[in-house]
Amino acid sequence: MLLQQLVNGLTLGAVYTLIALSFSLVMGILGVLNLAIAELFMLGAYFGFTAIIAQLPLPVALAAAMLGSALVAVVIQKVAYEPLRNAPIVTPMLSTLGFSIILQNVATNVWGSDPLQLTDEVLPGRLTLGPVSISTMQLLVMGSTVTLVAILAFVVQKTPAGRALRAVAENRDVARLLGVSAARVTLLAFVLSGVMAGAAGVLIGMHYAVITPYMGVDIGLKAIAVMVIGGTTRIWGALVAGPLIGIAEVMTVAYGGSQVRDFVVYGLMILILLLRPQGILGGSRSEQGQRV
Amino acid sequence: MSTYYAGLLADVGILTLGGLSVYIILATGQLSLGNAGFMGIGAYITSYLTVTLGLAITPALFIAAAASGLIGIIVGFPALRLRGIYLAMATLGFGEMVRSFFLNLSAMGGSSGFHGMKHISVGYIWLWATGVLLVVMLLERSRVWLEMQAVHDDETAAGLVGLNATAIKVGAFGAGAAVAAISGGLFAHHHVYIEPGNFGFERSIDFVLAVILGGSTVGPGALVGSLVLVMLPEYLRFLADWRLAAFGVLLIAVLLVRRQGILDRSLFRRLSLRGAA
Amino acid sequence: MTAPALLSLKNVTKLFGGIRALADVSFDVAPGQIVGVIGPNGAGKTSMFNVITGAYKADSGQVVLAGKDVTNQPPHRIARAGISRTFQNIRLFGGMTVWEHLLVSQPHSESLMRRVLPMRWADPAALRRAEEVLAFFGLEEMKDRNARSLPYGLQRRVEMARAVTARPKLLLLDEPVAGMNHDEAEGIRKLILRLRADGLSVLLIEHDMAFVMNLCDYLHVVDFGAMIAHGRPEDVRADPVVLEAYLGRAA
Repeated sequence: MLLQQLVNGLTLGAVYTLIALSFSLVMGILGVLNLAIAELFMLGAYFGFTAIIAQLPLPVALAAAMLGSALVAVVIQKVAYEPLRNAPIVTPMLSTLGFSIILQNVATNVWGSDPLQLTDEVLPGRLTLGPVSISTMQLLVMGSTVTLVAILAFVVQKTPAGRALRAVAENRDVARLLGVSAARVTLLAFVLSGVMAGAAGVLIGMHYAVITPYMGVDIGLKAIAVMVIGGTTRIWGALVAGPLIGIAEVMTVAYGGSQVRDFVVYGLMILILLLRPQGILGGSRSEQGQRV
Repeated sequence: MSTYYAGLLADVGILTLGGLSVYIILATGQLSLGNAGFMGIGAYITSYLTVTLGLAITPALFIAAAASGLIGIIVGFPALRLRGIYLAMATLGFGEMVRSFFLNLSAMGGSSGFHGMKHISVGYIWLWATGVLLVVMLLERSRVWLEMQAVHDDETAAGLVGLNATAIKVGAFGAGAAVAAISGGLFAHHHVYIEPGNFGFERSIDFVLAVILGGSTVGPGALVGSLVLVMLPEYLRFLADWRLAAFGVLLIAVLLVRRQGILDRSLFRRLSLRGAA
Repeated sequence: MTAPALLSLKNVTKLFGGIRALADVSFDVAPGQIVGVIGPNGAGKTSMFNVITGAYKADSGQVVLAGKDVTNQPPHRIARAGISRTFQNIRLFGGMTVWEHLLVSQPHSESLMRRVLPMRWADPAALRRAEEVLAFFGLEEMKDRNARSLPYGLQRRVEMARAVTARPKLLLLDEPVAGMNHDEAEGIRKLILRLRADGLSVLLIEHDMAFVMNLCDYLHVVDFGAMIAHGRPEDVRADPVVLEAYLGRAA
């Protein structure tokens, strides 16, 4: 059912948007691909699940996920990024990969490598609007995404911290001359990216009701594609690309077979890189410098 | 030698070739996160040639390498338009597309994989690994390698001393693709069963890790890195469940403390002089 | 009776959007000449170099080297045809030693074998030439040092050395003595004279007037992308049009 697939696609897209934003924040401002974001996503799910299993209310679970992942993100920033700030991009990227290996191992040891399942549905109930049926959980995912994105937009556009973020994204040296603390901005970027990834993790975890320590791997790569397609130069590109790719994926699986799904998504990514590197929302090509 | 250790040694040889494939391309300043794609192409072509067409392994490997090299050159052209992390992401996408392609190729088993290859010995693998490594080491003393380094350092200045940066960068992609294909063909005939999942992002990252850890400025670095990647988890067995985490810590430590990797030009020179003495 | 020009620019125009970086520029460089290009900042001097070496595509006009039209050819072909250059902000190869700079800039070899085999065995001629250039520029002692680790003055020498290794016909020098004191500049001046004696023609951009007046056979003055005056140094120096261009800019 086309409309139903659209809803499913939007749900998936919402998660992609959050993770893509997470990648984009660090990449747009620091030029680094943080490969551990997939694990921040995974840990968010685990932190949230731990809260839910302890019978804590839903908002607490969400908060635990976001805070927990943000904290881990800070550790990654201090250990994997900061000391390697001036090295060629490969190095901090591989360093975050080291973290990704560590975090996966930690999760496996703490929670076991078997899938962790929730016994009860977190938010039971469905809403039927004509031919379409949306679960309350799906509404929560989409609603939370919209809220988080709105908050992020506010922070980035309207607060002094956000202005500092954009300044560093545009020109790090000039920003520093103007008194912006690059160190604090970097920290903020990592914290925000942790919050986004953690939220995405707990939301999708609750939606599927089952998680594993390896859930971040594939979705992380996909989110990179989403970031590229939306435009690495404009973090809001993820808002458009997320739902777009989510829907495209769901449609491809429904009508073309699950095997071609990845081919289509990554093919699109490469086409964008070659033909319109600034992404869908990236503005003119000459605006390559503007990141946030 | 026990079969288990023979298996490990085989893995080191195969990974060394993979690392070298990344190294050759990296020498021109291009980071490829998708060489597992070329490995997969090599694996499937070689297997098709030996199993379905009955060719011997050696000519099959040469043919697969040539075919992969051609694809590498074709990929190398659009790659010229991209730099740094954008190129890396594009190659990542390429690797995933190749994997997806083979998932859909029912003629070669699709997701169920392909089998029927005749097993090859560890010795044969190392014949290729040492052969290619020696060729690379010879090449490192040649003018072509200096040209690659010049393109890596400053493409514009390189053009102004008469170097065709396009040919050099595209050529490197082709050469890297060919070497990765050999790695794949050997992998296929050692494990005698292949499936698309063998040639995904994690494999591409293994190749890059071998080079970055082992030494990104000299050919033998790929060998050192492969030894570390394959053997170290064995020695960390005592850490039982925390083996992988310890490995991650080690990786970060090396990156923090010695960026060029374990082996670099001066260390290599010192070691080879001492060996000669 | 004049010898045929080595380099000939004919009505070269380069546009950036609406801005004319080069406006209908024409001039010649005769073999064995040292020609200077001067003018206020932003006048188009470096753009001219970029068009000659193929880094920029000319929107109209021609660049002719020794009778051959090299307009808009890819930079590496122009380099192989015999035009070499140095840069305003030195562009050395960051990971290479001085010696390696002189090896990689050798004349292009058609033989694939010579390029893929170790240089020590396959290309003794290249090694000899590199030694020659090393000695000419007095760089023997630094041959194995990383080129970028050298002091500024020596880096400029390395860049020049790299540029002449392949025995170009024409050498383009972009501000060769920028940031140098009198003695260092004098050293460069002597080097350029020796290079000319060896058969090289030189086209240079400089702001150091004393240096230019002392060295060049002929001067071209550029402002706003157009040629406003040319002649021998002593004539140009007194030309009111030239003074106006410089003073007008300062105002």
